[in-house]
Order: sequence, then C-alpha cells, then structure tokens
Amino acid sequence: MKIGTPKETFAGENRVAMTPDSAKQLQKLGYDCAIEAGAGAAAGFSDAAYEAAGVEIIKTPAALWKACDIVAKVRQPDATELKRLTKGKTLISFFNPAGNEEGMELAKSKGANVIAMEMVPRISRAQKMDALSSMANIAGYRAVIEAGNNFGRFFTGQITAAGKVPPAKVLVVGAGVAGLAAIGTSTSLGAVTYAFDVRPEVAEQVESMGAEFVYLDFEEEQQDGAATGGYASVSSPEFREAQLAKFRELAPEMDIVITTALIPNREAPELWTEDMVAAMKPGSVIVDLAAEKGGNCKLTVADEKIVTENGVTIIGYTDFPSRMAAQSSSLYATNIRHMMTDLTPEKDGQVNHNMEDDVIRGATVAFEGEITFPPPPPKVQAIAAKPKEVVPELTPEEKRAKEIEAFKAQTKSQVTMLAGGGALLLLVGLFAPVSFMQHFIVFALACFVGFQVIWNVAHSLHTPLMAVTNAISSIIILGALMQIGSGSFLVILLAALSVFMAGINIFGGFLVTRRMLAMFQKS
Amino acid sequence: MDYGFTTAAYVVAAVLFILSLGGLSNQESAKRAVWYGIAGMGLAVFATLIGPGSGLWLLSILLIAGGGIIGTYVAKKVQMTEMPQLVAAMHSLVGLAAVFVGFIAHFEIGNVAAAVAAGSTEDLGTFAKLIAKKTPAEISFLRVELFLGIFIGAITFTGSVIAFGKLAGKVTSAATKLPGGHMLNAGAAGLSFLCLIWYFSSGGFLPLFLMTLAALFIGYHLIMGIGGADMPVVVSMLNSYSGWAAAAIGFSLGNDLLIVVGALVGSSGAILSYIMCKAMNRSFVSVILGGFGGTTGPAMEVEGEQIAIDADGVATALDEADSVIIIPGYGMAVAQAQQNVAELTRRLRAKGKDVRFAIHPVAGRLPGHMNVLLAEAKVPYDIVLEMDEINEDFPETDVAIVIGSNDIVNPAAQEDPNSPIAGMPVLECWKAKQVFVSKRGQGTGYSGIENPLFFKENTRMFYGDAKASLDTLLGLVQ
Repeated sequence: MKIGTPKETFAGENRVAMTPDSAKQLQKLGYDCAIEAGAGAAAGFSDAAYEAAGVEIIKTPAALWKACDIVAKVRQPDATELKRLTKGKTLISFFNPAGNEEGMELAKSKGANVIAMEMVPRISRAQKMDALSSMANIAGYRAVIEAGNNFGRFFTGQITAAGKVPPAKVLVVGAGVAGLAAIGTSTSLGAVTYAFDVRPEVAEQVESMGAEFVYLDFEEEQQDGAATGGYASVSSPEFREAQLAKFRELAPEMDIVITTALIPNREAPELWTEDMVAAMKPGSVIVDLAAEKGGNCKLTVADEKIVTENGVTIIGYTDFPSRMAAQSSSLYATNIRHMMTDLTPEKDGQVNHNMEDDVIRGATVAFEGEITFPPPPPKVQAIAAKPKEVVPELTPEEKRAKEIEAFKAQTKSQVTMLAGGGALLLLVGLFAPVSFMQHFIVFALACFVGFQVIWNVAHSLHTPLMAVTNAISSIIILGALMQIGSGSFLVILLAALSVFMAGINIFGGFLVTRRMLAMFQKS
Repeated sequence: MDYGFTTAAYVVAAVLFILSLGGLSNQESAKRAVWYGIAGMGLAVFATLIGPGSGLWLLSILLIAGGGIIGTYVAKKVQMTEMPQLVAAMHSLVGLAAVFVGFIAHFEIGNVAAAVAAGSTEDLGTFAKLIAKKTPAEISFLRVELFLGIFIGAITFTGSVIAFGKLAGKVTSAATKLPGGHMLNAGAAGLSFLCLIWYFSSGGFLPLFLMTLAALFIGYHLIMGIGGADMPVVVSMLNSYSGWAAAAIGFSLGNDLLIVVGALVGSSGAILSYIMCKAMNRSFVSVILGGFGGTTGPAMEVEGEQIAIDADGVATALDEADSVIIIPGYGMAVAQAQQNVAELTRRLRAKGKDVRFAIHPVAGRLPGHMNVLLAEAKVPYDIVLEMDEINEDFPETDVAIVIGSNDIVNPAAQEDPNSPIAGMPVLECWKAKQVFVSKRGQGTGYSGIENPLFFKENTRMFYGDAKASLDTLLGLVQ
C-alpha cells in the first residue's frame, strides 16, 4: 500500500507529517511512500532528501490524494481535502472530532477511515504515538524561549564585575506535558521556577524537574487525575478562589508567567486575571499556551503579542510547534510511524485496522462509513497512579512512646535470652568438668568475635569469604598432626588421610581466594 | 619444643585468622587479608609439627605437600562459574577429616585405657597423655564432644557431596525425597541420640559407628530434599557446619586454636545463611525442610502478553539510553555469558553511558557468586552494587537488562499478597523506563511462579541463550 503526505494547506503551518527518516522506517513496514512536492520545505526537508530516502515526489495534491491509500497529515483537513477521500482510504491527522461534525459526516459519506491523532488514548502503550504530548512538549519549550525573547533580562542570576543580576522568576501554571517541558527549559536556563497544578500528585514530577511546587492552603480531595485519563478536571469554586488568591500573592514577584491550563473539550479556565496582570512589574512576560481555547488570561489575543498599559507583554501565539517545524515534524512523523507500526502487525505493507485494539479503536473517528466518535472507554485503565495510602504522621510523643516501647521489648527479649542462656550454661557448668569450661570460655568469645567480624564483610566478597573460611577450617589438620605419631596402624592411616585432605583444602582454599580477590578491579 | 611455645604460636595464628576474616570488609584490604590467613595457617601447622607429641613429621610434610599439589592444581584450573561446586567439594573434605579425627580420638581413648591398665603410660603421645590424666567424668565428656564432632562432620560430608553433585549437575537439582520424607531424617536423628546415650555410658565402637551411618544418611537425605536455587543457603549452612565440627573436635582434643577457628567459621556460615534467608524472606527452617510455603489464596491474574524483541531493538534502545542497569542471575553463569556482559558494559561505558549492575543477595548458587563472575570478566567492582544500594535508582534508569534471573525480579513479591514469594525483597527493575529480559523460553523460575514482570508493558523479552543473544547484540553495539 502507498502512504502519502500532502503539503499543509493551513496558512502559516510549517510542519509536515513525513520526514525522510520516518519514510525509511515506513518502508521497513512494507509501505511505499509518497510526498507532495515541496511539502517538507518549510520544515527544512528538501525534496531531494526525500528522494534520497526512496520517497516518490508527486507534483499536485490532487494526484497525491488519488495515488495514496493512506494519507498522513498534520492539521485538521479542510473540506477540499476531505472530498478527495474515497472508500477504503485512510486518513491520519489531527481532526478535532469534538468540534468537527461536518468533517466526520463528510468522511462518513465518503466511506473513508479517519484516525484522529488527538484521540490516541493516554495509556502507556500508546505514548509513542501520542502526538498531543509530543507537540505539547515542543510548545512548552518554545514558550520559554519566546518569553526569553521578549524579556529584557537574564534568566540566570549572575554576579558580574558590572553588578549583580538577580535570577528571573518563572511561574508555570499547569504541569501537564507542556508545563513540565516549560519547567525543564526554564530551570535549565537558570531561572527560579515555580509551578502550580490542580492535581497535587504531580508535585513530585514538578520537584523532580527542579522547580518548586506551589501548594495551596486548601483542604479538598482533588479528583484523581488517573480517573480522567491523566487530564485535569474542573475544580470547585472554593478551590478556584484559593488558587487565585495564591496567584495574586505571587503576581508582583513573577517575571515570567507561562499558563498551560487546559481542560479537554472546554473553554480554557481563566486563571490569570486582569488585576494580576496589573500587579506585575513592567517588562514581565506572560505566555498563554491556552490562547487557542480562549486563553488562561482574558487579555490574551490569540496569535498575537500585545503589550499592556503597564508594560507587560502577553504572548498568545497558537503555533508554537509550527515555529519549530523541523523538530515538531520529526516527532510528529515518528508518532505517525508508530501508529502505522500498530496498524501493520505483520509488517507486510497492509493495514490491519483492528477495531478490537484499544488504541486504534480510540483514535478512529470514522470507519467504513460509520462515525465511531466518541469511542468507548478503553479496556486498560489509563495511568496506574494508585491513590497512595497516606500513613498518618506520628506526633513526636507517639514516636517517642513507640521508641520506648521498642526499646523495652528489645531489652525484654535480650534479658530473657541472656537469662535463659546463662541458666543453661550454669546447669552445664554444674556437671561439666573444669577443663571443658575453660575451653568453653574460648569458644564463646570466639563466636562473639566471629559475629562481629563477619557482619562487616562486604556482600560482594561472600564467595571469597566462603573460600577462605573453608581454607582455615582445615585447621582440623592440627588434630590429625597431633595424633599421627602415636598409636596403631589404623590411627596412622586415618590421620594420614585427614592430613592429606586438609592439605588439599588449605592450598586449594587460599589459592582460589587469592585468585578471586585479584580479579576485583576498581574502574 | 615446649608446650608453651606451641600455645603462643596458636595465639598468634588465631589473631591472624581473625584479621584475615576482618580484612574482607573491602576489596583492597582483602588482598592483604588472605596473606594473614596463609601466615596463620603456616604458623599453626609449623608449631604443631615441631611441638610436643607429633611424630612422623616427614610423612606429614609429604602428605601436606601431596595435598597441596592437588589443591594448587584445582585452584588454578577451576572456572569461576564452577566456584559453588568447588566450595561444596572442599566442605566435604573438612567434614570427612573431622569424622576421621573423631574416630582417631575414639581409638586413642581405647589405647590409653589399655595402656593405663598395663601401666606403661611413658611411650604415649601428647594427646594420649592428656587423656591419661583425665578423670572418668572428663573422659565421658570427651566422648560427648567427639561424638558431636563426628555427627556434624558426617552430615557435612555427605551433605556437601550431594550439594556438589547438584551444583555440578551430576545429581538432579530438583528437590527429591525418599518416601517418608522428613520423618526419615527425624528417625535417623533419634537413632543418633540413642547412640549418644549408649556411647556415653559404654564407650564402645558400635554406637559410634551406627551414629556415623545415621548422620551420613541425614546429610544425604536432607540436601537431596533441597532444590537448586536454595543452594546458597545450603552451601553457607554446610560451611557453618564444617566450622562447628572443627570446634567440637577442638573440644575433644583440648585444642583452643581449633575451637577458635571452628567458632569463627561456624559463625561466618551462620551469618551467611541468615543473610541469604532474609533475602528470600523465608525462615531458615523452611529452606532446610525444602520446598516453598503454600499459597494463601489464588495468585493474581497476570494480564497482558509477553512481547518479544530482537537484538536490533535492544541495540537501538541501548543506543538511546543514558543509564543502564544489568541484573545478572544464575542463567548468566549457566550460559557462561559473563565475558559478553562485561564486553557490552565496556562498550556502553565507552560511549559515556552510565552502566551499573544490581546484585540480589541470592542471585546465583553461592553467596556473592555474581560478584566473582563479574570480577573475573573484569567488570570494575565499584559499578557492581547491592540490592539496597541500587533499588531506588530504577525509576531514573532508561534501560534495565535482566540476564538469566527470574524470581529475584518478580514484582509479585510486592504486588500479590497471595504469592508464595510475597514479601521477599526483589530488585524493582520494572520501574525502569524499559526492561529487557534475556531468557531461554517462556518457562517459570525455580519457584515455579509466573513472573508478571514479563507481561508488563515496558518489558520486552529477548529470547535465546544468554551468550548467543549477547553475541548478536555485541555485533550491533559498536
């Protein structure tokens, strides 16, 4: 079958759904690849590069749509493109199924199959084809870069001969994929980064990226993110108030604010109010990654950069991934390629559109003349973030009481054991001869020394330890040596055998230990 | 020479032995520590040879030299993967020697009694003279001591021979028991106890001989009933027994050096057994009595499927990874793959990747077995880490490679309270971003428990003989 990618028709869209690299991988799956002339130019992939990767160049979009069985593209297809679909063709692209009723109807009437990349379920197995995540990652990175571009100071604090530069303070609202990418970029540029999210369970991730999680002083069980496929859900009005109050408190200090708060299929929540903008220092920058859905800040103008009266720059671009077309194309093309891998289990260049598969079923919005949106909930639970059992924090008194209790128990068991052992020994002493007890003292002390010494032996040296104890346990040779000279033939024979065996052991044991120890080398 | 000199030499030897064991606390001081042990042994043997009471010293030296040649030959020849067998074989020698020495002591007691009766105590050896001076009560006690020495020595002997057979693959490594099971062992132990009372009162040879047979049987049957993967505990236990046997003989001979060394070795083996049992979350008794405890409920359903991967895929993942943790197990030793593992490590490290090894305490068939194999293959010991040191690092690790281990990486130990291995500490390799499992086929491990790790979404199965698979992999990682 042939898989093709047309040039994006949306104005300003630089990305392309197939790169020379991904084309090579697709060919390994058994597909022929085709691309519209100049499709990759804006992302930095020339036609020559495609040709070198064995991709057929097709001059016009019409011819490409006609020639290919599978069409992979980035942006939601327009009506002209959809009309080119025919029965049996498969389209893979972003589709915005929730807001694209006509598109789905059109696909249905054409009998084509449509896989919407934003509908890939959020389960571990499907991460490799989760284009939303890979695009969000880029958006997060780019948001920081754009902010830096419009910010008049360093990110990192410096003390130079020309004076001290304080570090920039960055607040990232929403620690999803984009938010985490922004946090990572911002901390690696050296800014002091704060992050907030309504899902408290992401605090750990935030902190692992080197940012400080902004905790709210608010008691409410937030809905577990796992229940909603890892996405945030709508929060209660009280929670929202607490959140806004916290932001108000932070606003004057922050130099850069990046808002990424989105709730699936809803208007973006307003989180950065006008009074917060007014409270910010001149020269501060707000990057609103939710601009496409109305923005987390009401002052945001989609696709534009504005400067407020008090000198705060608000960036509302919605095309961050497209601004880094080379990177985003290669990631998106890889997502597509993984999708094709799942669609081609036999690697024979034939699509097996398995509607039983959770991932494929979830992403398919139109199949063989039916609209298959919305999909049923996936069989596999999204994210294995089990609610952690919170171990109640012990008060200092309780801890103390526990320690004392443990100590008492320990003392008790020790005293019992000592008393028992002592009594037993005394009993033995009543009957045993003196000479035995003298040796017994030596024995008991040696046991103690042995325990102390052996506990310190490194685990990695346990085999040499066994070999060396083996060698020294041949000390039994002394017993044989002391007796070999005296007595009958039988005694001499047995003693001689013992000496011989112990001799093997002594030499074998020590030498093999030495051999092993010599092998332990430091790097 | 004087008796005082010999005793002084023994004191020095005892100190040297203690230092020799203490030196094993780290790899560098260990190299010096062996010399302490050798010096201690040399001194002890020398002092005994020139000390009072020894005769036939030329024969003794010849015998030691003869044994030494064999010992040296074996020590030079042995492969590091055969170390468990060697250790077991050497334990059997100590056990047998203890039995012989015990018998000698028994005969001496008889000889002395005869000599005392004849009134000719002058030409007796030192040990015999010592006995001659003893009161009847002391003689009875002596009997108990040597009885114990022979008992433990005999168990050690047959037990070690069977352990050797199992480790060397000459005896089936499955747990097999004669009909009657542990009742037979208990019966033999009871018989031995009766013999002890009989011998204590009569001093005849028959009870001693009967007990020896019973003990030999216990050693054989006990170890036959223990499966291959529990061998680390068994070998440590036998190590401990060989020490206690030496200590018991030391009591009967009135020799403090034997007692000290026996106690050192005995406690060393006991601690090793304890560590091994703890690492399997099983009690010592349950290991020795063999078999896994019953399950307390139905095992958790394992969902998903085992997904295979080829060497190409593993190579790509390794190429993209920054941090790699390798978890070797007995399978690596069986396939003799440690050189390939080491070569892979070298190549990955040359590319600037962080490669480390995670060693579970019971990986392999001998405590510390994996460390020795990796050391042989010239893996630097500072990247070979214990379970406790590395378990927290798995979540930040890109790739974990499991080579020939199974139960020690089984998540069921933590996730399934009904699993027979529930609560056993395991290496949490499934927390790594990707896990590759090099394994022969789809079978279960020693414990016969299904391993949910193989079904996890981030796990890929790299089927095939460990050595062959690593060979192909090495071809792809340049």
